[in-house]
Amino acid sequence: MLEKVSFLLLSFTLAEQLCKPGDPDGYKVRLSIKTALGENAYVWNDNEMFLFRATLAFAMTKQFDGQQFEVSDIIVCNQTARVSFWFVVTYPHNKTLVDKQVVERAVRKSRNRINSAFLLSDTTLEFIGIPPTLATPVNPSTPTWLIVFGVVMGAVCAGIIVVLVVSLVQRKRKKNETNEDTQVKTVENGAARDGVYYMSFSEDESSVTQM
Amino acid sequence: MKLKLPNPGLDDRIPSHLELEQMEKNEAGDRPKWDNKAQYLLTCVGFCVGLGNVWRFPYLCQSHGGGAFMIPFLILLVLEGIPLLHLEFAAGQRLRKGSVGVWRSINPYLTGIGIASMFVSLLVGMYYNTIMAWIMWYLFNSFQDPLPWSHCPLNTNKTGLVEECARSSTVDYFWYRETLNTSTAIDESGGLQWWIVLALLAAWTLLYVCCIRGIETTGKAVYITSTLPYLVLTIFLIRGLTLKGSVEGIKFLFTPKVNELMNPATWLDAGAQVFYSFSLAFGGLISFSSYNSIHNNCEQDAVLISIINGCTSVYSATVIYSIIGFRATQNYDDCMGDNILKLMNTFNYPENSITDINYSEVLNHLNQTKPDIIQGLQLQPCDMEFFLSQGVEGTGLAFIVFTEAIIRMPISPLWAVLFFIMLFCLGLSTMFGNIEGVVVPLQDLKVLPHTWPKEIFCGLTCLISFAFGLIFALRSGNYWLALFDNFAGSIPLLVIGFCEMISIIYIYGVDRFNKDIEFMIGHKPNIFWQVTWRVVSPLIMIFILVFYFVTQVSKSLTYLVWDQDSASFPALEPRPYPSWIYVIIFILAGVPTLAIPVAALFKFIQKKCCKQKDCKNEPLDTISAKIQMSDK
Repeated sequence: MLEKVSFLLLSFTLAEQLCKPGDPDGYKVRLSIKTALGENAYVWNDNEMFLFRATLAFAMTKQFDGQQFEVSDIIVCNQTARVSFWFVVTYPHNKTLVDKQVVERAVRKSRNRINSAFLLSDTTLEFIGIPPTLATPVNPSTPTWLIVFGVVMGAVCAGIIVVLVVSLVQRKRKKNETNEDTQVKTVENGAARDGVYYMSFSEDESSVTQM
Repeated sequence: MKLKLPNPGLDDRIPSHLELEQMEKNEAGDRPKWDNKAQYLLTCVGFCVGLGNVWRFPYLCQSHGGGAFMIPFLILLVLEGIPLLHLEFAAGQRLRKGSVGVWRSINPYLTGIGIASMFVSLLVGMYYNTIMAWIMWYLFNSFQDPLPWSHCPLNTNKTGLVEECARSSTVDYFWYRETLNTSTAIDESGGLQWWIVLALLAAWTLLYVCCIRGIETTGKAVYITSTLPYLVLTIFLIRGLTLKGSVEGIKFLFTPKVNELMNPATWLDAGAQVFYSFSLAFGGLISFSSYNSIHNNCEQDAVLISIINGCTSVYSATVIYSIIGFRATQNYDDCMGDNILKLMNTFNYPENSITDINYSEVLNHLNQTKPDIIQGLQLQPCDMEFFLSQGVEGTGLAFIVFTEAIIRMPISPLWAVLFFIMLFCLGLSTMFGNIEGVVVPLQDLKVLPHTWPKEIFCGLTCLISFAFGLIFALRSGNYWLALFDNFAGSIPLLVIGFCEMISIIYIYGVDRFNKDIEFMIGHKPNIFWQVTWRVVSPLIMIFILVFYFVTQVSKSLTYLVWDQDSASFPALEPRPYPSWIYVIIFILAGVPTLAIPVAALFKFIQKKCCKQKDCKNEPLDTISAKIQMSDK
């Protein structure tokens, strides 16, 4: 009994010694629950911490795909009221620390699952030192502005053509009207030139009384 | 004052009152006419109300004492703006010609004033339509969600944001890199930016289709372009007032600082703003009023349009500053939020323990207990005044500050589309006046065969302006535009405006002018007009001209550059102009101004040569020459 207690105590202190803030193989985690969830924020307690360690164990197992990581392999220390803490990961068989880069790869791979376990996002559940993966922006094949430009230019060119054609037609019609006017005038003049035949001036004396 | 310079032969050059009455009765002449009074008023309002009302007046108002700026503005509006406006309207309506025709009628030696107006209209139109092209570019880009200026693009290996964008801001990056692709100096011209060339093409063709037959087509277009801005401003006002922090902006705008009135720069800026805001001396207003009927009440029109212009300036200033107040509050909240987060993260305080209210006392306490850590954090000082006075003038207001405010509003694409359509309409209606101020003098000068239809004149103007305007599509185009804005549209206009006043009052004769107005509107202009026309307005013009000239010449010529390598990035860095710029400045400001004396000299030489050849062509003065054969 005493041995079991002393073994637990020893492993506990050993774990404590493994996890130190500023450890080169450890990461600082910061949660901003109230910022993310506002009124629906849950209280951070030991249960939530247990969930975190379990989720991280899941992420490590997924990464290694052979070794089974346990909750006890995730060691946490230096919890603050901010809700931030440091953690380190140890291998399940020998209690050596897992390398920083390996932990980073594991966390990145399952980042989405870790976030959703806590109803948080990349910015509210921060792993200090692991930048969030940026989403690729959607680039449509034709930029939207070219489509709008095409529509506007089409309408404008159609407008120009319509106006020019209308003014050309109007001008032709005016020209035809003035042509008709001048033709009518020449006919009239022609009639005037012919003159009216006035009988009293004719040379024909048979119709008048002979002197 | 009976001062009047000799002006022989005036009666032969202008139609007499009797002839005007007959022209009115017979509706003779091929001069176009307004369909109704509303068209005329909307066109004039559209010409006067432009981008300056939206992005120049609010800045002047706020920086020169807020509410107190209204005093010099209103005083100079009444003493300078209204008299000059009435003068131009009456001159155009009486002499029934465009700007070149009017000055040539008054005295052939004054033709230079009309030519100078034409040059200024051409130069200003070139760069003004480039701003329209930029507005169209932003408008085309507003039809997508999320807006392209709301996020930074990723760098080439997709590990982070583009450095230039991360260091400045998304809106800065979109404006300086993705729109202008600006170079770092005016002599580094870079190449033509094809997307800006396309936008420029769209702007000029759209302008052409609206101006194609002169006031027949623009008269229809102004029903929309002159009224839509007011509708959009009202929508923005309602939207703005429901946003957090808008009242802060309006308070900041109108808080009076009465000691600013002692500063002469305030009065100078107010006078210059009134003058430029009324689009005087461009020749467009003279042209527009020459299409009126002879007995149109131009006095009433001048007062009405001045009041509308002044009210629009104040109204748009209110709207702009309500949105600026919103943006400043958002930036302030972000800044505070960042600082609070930094403190909480460093000292591991629980969330929501530090708020805006106790931030300063917590900071003080920490400064006393742990000053070195606080120093290391480099907390940004959050100053509301600083955010409110950021970049609120010119293109910076529209394309940087306002676009940033828009992306923080819900349903951003809608507000972006509305805003840019409003700016587009404001600019387009001003461009109508500019084109009128170029095309009509071109026709009057008879440089090109006058059998050519108006469509070709208009098309030629648009084509040549587009070709020269390609300089603004270079990578250094933004710097060229600022140069044009500073020099082509400032001193020449003041000189032309002054010469106009002197010509009408002292060469045409203020007595004759009074009689003309009495003939047109039924009563002689009262003492207010007499005093302002003869003494007050010319004096004000001289003051503004001299002060403007002195300030421009005395200050060293620098321009603001966007340079990633500069120490003050992302703020713009002032840099001196290269020495060959002075030639360009001389061409921009000097050529229109010198056109006035050069044209007079040209006419003088022409007359002298004509006298030697003895080619007096007096019209034949016999009865048979005067009788007109009826064609019916």
